[in-house]
Amino acid sequence: MPGAEHAAFAIFLQQLVNGITIGSVYALIALGYTMVYGIIELINFAHGEIYMIGAYLGIVLLSLLTAVGLADASLMLTMILVFAGAMLVCMMYGFTLEKVAYKPLRGAPRLAPLISALGMSIFLQSFVFLAQGARPKVFPHLFSGVGFDLAGARVTYIQVFILVVSIVLMIILNYFIRRTKTGKAMRATAQDRRMAALVGINVDRVISTTFVIGSLLAAVAGVMVAMYYGFVDYFIGFQAGLKAFTAAVLGGIGNIPGAMLGGMLLGLIEAFGAGYISSEYKDVFAFSILVLVLIFRPAGLLGEQTPQKV
Amino acid sequence: MAAIVRRALDTPAVRPWALGLWFGLLSLPLMITSDPGYQDPYGYHGAHRALYVFATVVVVAYLWQVDQAIWPRLSPAGRKRVGIAALVLTVLTVLALRDVFGQALHGTLAGVGGEGLVYLLAGVFLVYALRGLTPDTTADGGAGPGVWQRHRRWLAPVGLVVLLVAPIFMNRYTADVAVQVGIYITLALGLNIVVGLAGLLDLGYVAFYAVGAYTYGLLSQGLGIPFWYALPLGGVLAAIFGVLLGIPVLRLRGDYLAIVTLGFGEIIRIVLNNWDEVTNGPNGILGIPKPKLPFEFVIPGVPEWLDPAGELVIGGVLRTPHGLYYVILAIVLFTVFVVNRLNNSRIGRAWIALREDEVAAEAMGIDTTKTKLLAFGLGATWAGFAGTFFAAKQSFISPESFTFFESVIILSMVVLGGMGSIPGVMLGAAALVVLPEITREFALYRTLIFGLAMVAMMVLRPQGFVGSARRAVELRGGDEPPAVKDEAATDQSLYEAQRR
Repeated sequence: MPGAEHAAFAIFLQQLVNGITIGSVYALIALGYTMVYGIIELINFAHGEIYMIGAYLGIVLLSLLTAVGLADASLMLTMILVFAGAMLVCMMYGFTLEKVAYKPLRGAPRLAPLISALGMSIFLQSFVFLAQGARPKVFPHLFSGVGFDLAGARVTYIQVFILVVSIVLMIILNYFIRRTKTGKAMRATAQDRRMAALVGINVDRVISTTFVIGSLLAAVAGVMVAMYYGFVDYFIGFQAGLKAFTAAVLGGIGNIPGAMLGGMLLGLIEAFGAGYISSEYKDVFAFSILVLVLIFRPAGLLGEQTPQKV
Repeated sequence: MAAIVRRALDTPAVRPWALGLWFGLLSLPLMITSDPGYQDPYGYHGAHRALYVFATVVVVAYLWQVDQAIWPRLSPAGRKRVGIAALVLTVLTVLALRDVFGQALHGTLAGVGGEGLVYLLAGVFLVYALRGLTPDTTADGGAGPGVWQRHRRWLAPVGLVVLLVAPIFMNRYTADVAVQVGIYITLALGLNIVVGLAGLLDLGYVAFYAVGAYTYGLLSQGLGIPFWYALPLGGVLAAIFGVLLGIPVLRLRGDYLAIVTLGFGEIIRIVLNNWDEVTNGPNGILGIPKPKLPFEFVIPGVPEWLDPAGELVIGGVLRTPHGLYYVILAIVLFTVFVVNRLNNSRIGRAWIALREDEVAAEAMGIDTTKTKLLAFGLGATWAGFAGTFFAAKQSFISPESFTFFESVIILSMVVLGGMGSIPGVMLGAAALVVLPEITREFALYRTLIFGLAMVAMMVLRPQGFVGSARRAVELRGGDEPPAVKDEAATDQSLYEAQRR
C-alpha cells in the first residue's frame, strides 16, 4: 500500500518539521542558561520569565503599532520594530535582574543565589499576571497558516522564519564569542574569574553582558513563539525554562554548541514522542531525558567531565 | 559625560528618583494591555500604572536611605522599642483595613484610593516589627541562649496546655485555619531537613505530599484501609519515593538537584493528571473517609458557648475541624520532637557539615551520598504524613492541590522563617498561612510579595527572621563583603573567627 506508506512518511516529516521549529526555540533559550552557567556557575531560574516577558512584549508592541497604523503601512518595518523593542526591554530586564538578585550574592554559598533566582522568577511571573491579566493573550493572525507543502507535510512560513532566525543568531553569537574582544573576555571569565580580573578584565561588566545577551536571545525566542502558537500566557516561562534547561544539560551545560544541539534534539524527541507515543506525556519525556542524561552522562553530549574545584 | 551621570546617580538626593525612573520605565511596556475587556479593565491607558511603580520605588528607596542612616546607630534597646512601636502600628493598620473601626474610616480610605498605600504601610511596619523584635543573631555574636532555651523548662508544658485547650475558643473557621497551619508546619519542617539542614534545594517537595495523599486516597477507596494504618504507610511510601529519586541525582551538584526535583514534581503531577484508570485524572478522588477513633464518648449538658448542640462528642469519626486539630497537633508534636532530635544527632551534624562544605565533609569521612539520601528520605516522610492527613481532612484530592506553586509556598516558609531553625520555620509556616487569611485582598499580590521577599531575604538577611547564628555566618561567607553595611563588621569578624 504505497498510499499508507506515503501518509506515514508525511506524518514523520510533519513531526520532524514541528520538532525542528520548537527545538530551535529551545536552543535559543538554552543558550542563555548555558552562557550564564558557564560564567558564574548558576542556574538563572528567572531566564524562562525573560522569555515569557519577551513574548508579551511582542504582543503589546504589535498591538500598539497596529493602533497607530504602522502595521497597515509596512508590516516589515512593524515586525522589525516589534523584535527590536522586545529585545531592548528584555535586555534591560536581564541587566536589572543580575544587578538586583545575583550581584549582591556573588561569593555567597550556592543555595542563596538559587533561592534568590527562584524568588525573582516567581516575582516576574506574578508581576506579568497582575499587569496583563490571567487570560491568555492572542497574537494577531498575520502570517499563520501561510506556507507550502513538502512531501505531504505542511510547512508554514513562520516555521521557516523561526529556523532561519535561530540559525543566524547562533552564527552571530558564535562569531561574537570566538572573535570579538568581549567574547574573549567572556571565555576568559568562564575559565577563571579571578585570573580574568587580574589580567584587567572588568568581570562585573562581562557578567552583565552575558545576562544581556542571554536575555536578547530569549526575547527573540519569546516573540517568535508568540507568532508561532498565536497566544501567550504568563505561565509559559516556567515550562519553556525547564525544557531549555534540559536542552542545555543535554548538550553539556556551559557549552554553547552543546546548547544548540541539545535544543534541537529535545525538540525532536518531544515532537516524535508526542506524535507516536502520547501527547499527554509530552512533558514527561523531557524530564525523563533530563534525569537519564544526568545519571549516565552528567557532562552532557558535548561537555567535558570536569572535576569539582576545591 | 558618563562620569557625570555616574556621580549624579551616587548622590543620595538623585538615586531614589533614578531608581524609580528605571523601574517605572521597565514596567511601562508590560502595563499596557492589548485587549481591554473581561477581567482586564486596562487597555492602552493601563500605562498609568507604571507611575505607581515609580512612586513605590522612590518611596522605598528614600526609606532605605533614612533607614541606613539611622538604624545602625540604634542601641539594641532602641531597636526593640522601634520594634514594639512598629508592631502596635501594624496591628492598628491591619485593624483599620479589616474595618474594625467602622465604616467611616474604611470609606475614607477607599474614597481616596489609599487602601493600597495603607497595605504598603502595614507591610513596612511589619518588617520593622520583625526587625526590631527578632534577635539579630549576627550582632550578638552567636547562638547565645535565647528566650526559649532559658525558659524551656516551664515554657514547654505551658505551651502544650495552651495548644490543647485552644480549640475551645475557636470557631469552625479558626479551627480550620489552625489545622492548615499544622499541615504546613509539618511540611515546612520536613523540607527544612532537606533545604535547611542538608542544604539541598528541593523544588519538587510537593510530589511527596501528593504521594502521601494519594496513598491514603487510593488505599481507602480500594481496600478500605483506615487512616491510622495509612498514615505510617504514606510516610514510608513518600520516603521510598524520596530515596528512589535521590539515588540517581544526589551524586550531582546542588543546582542540578534543584532542577531535577522540580522536574520530578511536575512528572508526578502529570502522571496523576493523566493516569485516569488509577487516579481518576483531573477529577480526583472523592469521598475519602475521615479519621475514626475506636471509641466514642458523648458528654451531654455542656454549656452552649462550648458546643451549640449542647453535647460534646469525643472520639468516633473526626468530622469537625476541632477533632482534626488534635490529630494534626499530635503529628506536629511528633514532627517537632523527631526533627529536634535529628537536628542534634550525629546525622544532623553530618548534614550541617555537608551543607557547609561538601568536599571537606567527605574528607572527614562522611559518606555524602548516604547522608544526602537520608536527608531526602527523612524529609519526604513528613510530606507523606502531611499528605495523608490532608487527604483525610479534605475528603477530596486532585492533582490541582499539588502544583509547583505549593512547593514554592513551602519553600518560602522555610526561607523566610530561617533555614535550619526549627522555631523559625514553624513561625514562617504559621505566618504565611495566617497572613493571607487576615488580609484577603492581599491574596492577589501574595506571590508577588513572596517572590520579592525571597530575593530581599537572600540579599539582606539570608539567615531568615529567626535564624541560627551559625547559618547566618555561613550564608554570608565568601570572598566579598556582605551587602548590608551595618552588619558587615560583626559578620566579617565572626566569619574570620570561625576560620581561625
